[in-house]
Amino acid sequence: MKIIEQIGKYLILMSRVFSKPEKNKIYYKQVLKEIESLGINSIGIVIIISIFMGAVITLQTRYNLENPLIPLYLIGLTARDSMLLEFSSTIVGLILAGKVGSNIASEIGHMRITEQIDALEIMGVNSASFLILPKIIAAVLFNPILTLISMFVGVFGGWAASVITGALTSTDYIYGIQYWFVPFYITYSLIKTVVFAIIITTVPAFFGYYVKGGALEVGHSSTKGVVTSSILILLFNVILTQLLLA
Amino acid sequence: MIKIEHICKKFSTVPVLEDVSVTFDEGKTNLIIGKSGSGKTVLVKSIIGLHKIDSGNIFFHHRDFVAMSVKQKQELRREMGMLFQGSALFDSLTVEENIKFPLDMFTKMTTKEKRERVNFCLHRVNLQDVNDLFPAELSGGMQKRVAIARAIVQNPRYLFCDEPNSGLDPKTAIVIDNLISDITHEFNMTTIINTHDMNSVIEIGEKVIFIHQGKKSWEGTKDDILTSDDENLNDFVFASNLAKRMKEKL
Repeated sequence: MKIIEQIGKYLILMSRVFSKPEKNKIYYKQVLKEIESLGINSIGIVIIISIFMGAVITLQTRYNLENPLIPLYLIGLTARDSMLLEFSSTIVGLILAGKVGSNIASEIGHMRITEQIDALEIMGVNSASFLILPKIIAAVLFNPILTLISMFVGVFGGWAASVITGALTSTDYIYGIQYWFVPFYITYSLIKTVVFAIIITTVPAFFGYYVKGGALEVGHSSTKGVVTSSILILLFNVILTQLLLA
Repeated sequence: MIKIEHICKKFSTVPVLEDVSVTFDEGKTNLIIGKSGSGKTVLVKSIIGLHKIDSGNIFFHHRDFVAMSVKQKQELRREMGMLFQGSALFDSLTVEENIKFPLDMFTKMTTKEKRERVNFCLHRVNLQDVNDLFPAELSGGMQKRVAIARAIVQNPRYLFCDEPNSGLDPKTAIVIDNLISDITHEFNMTTIINTHDMNSVIEIGEKVIFIHQGKKSWEGTKDDILTSDDENLNDFVFASNLAKRMKEKL
């Protein structure tokens, strides 16, 4: 029963979020700020994680492929497809849910308990739209770029690992990542990223927006936001995979 | 002028406001007083629509606030200014950006005009050379003044103050009280101040409403308080032994 109530509250909040902005110019500036805060500031962590993911996928695949009948270039293909299909969108999405989600929930929650949201409402500003819409737009625009960076860097990480450890030759790896390339995998991954971006921004924002109490409750709302958005990312990953690849 | 009629508000099954009717006069400082938990803040937040009332009517210069759409309420709120208990300044913006925010949002003023207006408001609250500071760099009293400057930047017709003196020393509290009073008279605003500070009542209480357990228990001027025979009001106003002895001598 409580879940239905929460979903209802979430939908009502979203109807306020997606209403006409009071002044486009101000929202545009907010979007640029959020792109920097949520997107550009996440590039570093995405690069680090993606390099290591690509490297680990390559090394694990190599150590599991002992059969001499299987050509080694398939390791490159496996690393590429793993990054494109799953890791660059879903795993990066989960990591951003933690980093960006907790940031959003605590920022909005703090504004709620210090009456800054009430101050916006009293000024005649639609606080839900002003605070949440720029974050959604920023994430929807920039997260696909993060995913593309992750794909590129992840595949590079696999190459670096194979060359450094001698697991397979550079030629085999590069042949593998070019072999049987399906461009739709990138489209599929970007579609997932956009859906995850909406989840990563709106769910923690929802928990932050309706927080009641003090600093402790803001912390709880942040945790709830991250956990719920992570679960939703996994759920929508299954749903989108079935819809787009089955 | 703000008129409220028969306002009732419950949280779950607990009644917080019961049948409250008051007219808040234009060009005057209207004080709502009462013990902590008596329903003062809920009353103010209900008047401005931050809490939805269960029944009753609210009129802003004969405009029915309860019957308004969300859009109409948003437009009416541009005629309101509010000073919050904790100032509620935006942490990430400088003093100038905080005060300028409503102008950026709702006016077509040029950058120069906005800066002039911000400086006028800062000057009006006796603050100078703080434009580029962040709220965290200001004292509590300065934060309140910046919040007042932000509240009046759009020349509001209605000013609401929730515990404007909380956390301030008595001297600074009186400075803030007098500032609110002066601004009210200067711009002919309808000002509603929610407080439990008796110094404020004595200093600026042109009209005083006493709320007790969610009901309006008494209404009058600051001078009437001293001679009132309302038992609940006397319990509140003359709570200390010293005050009780003074009352006996009156």
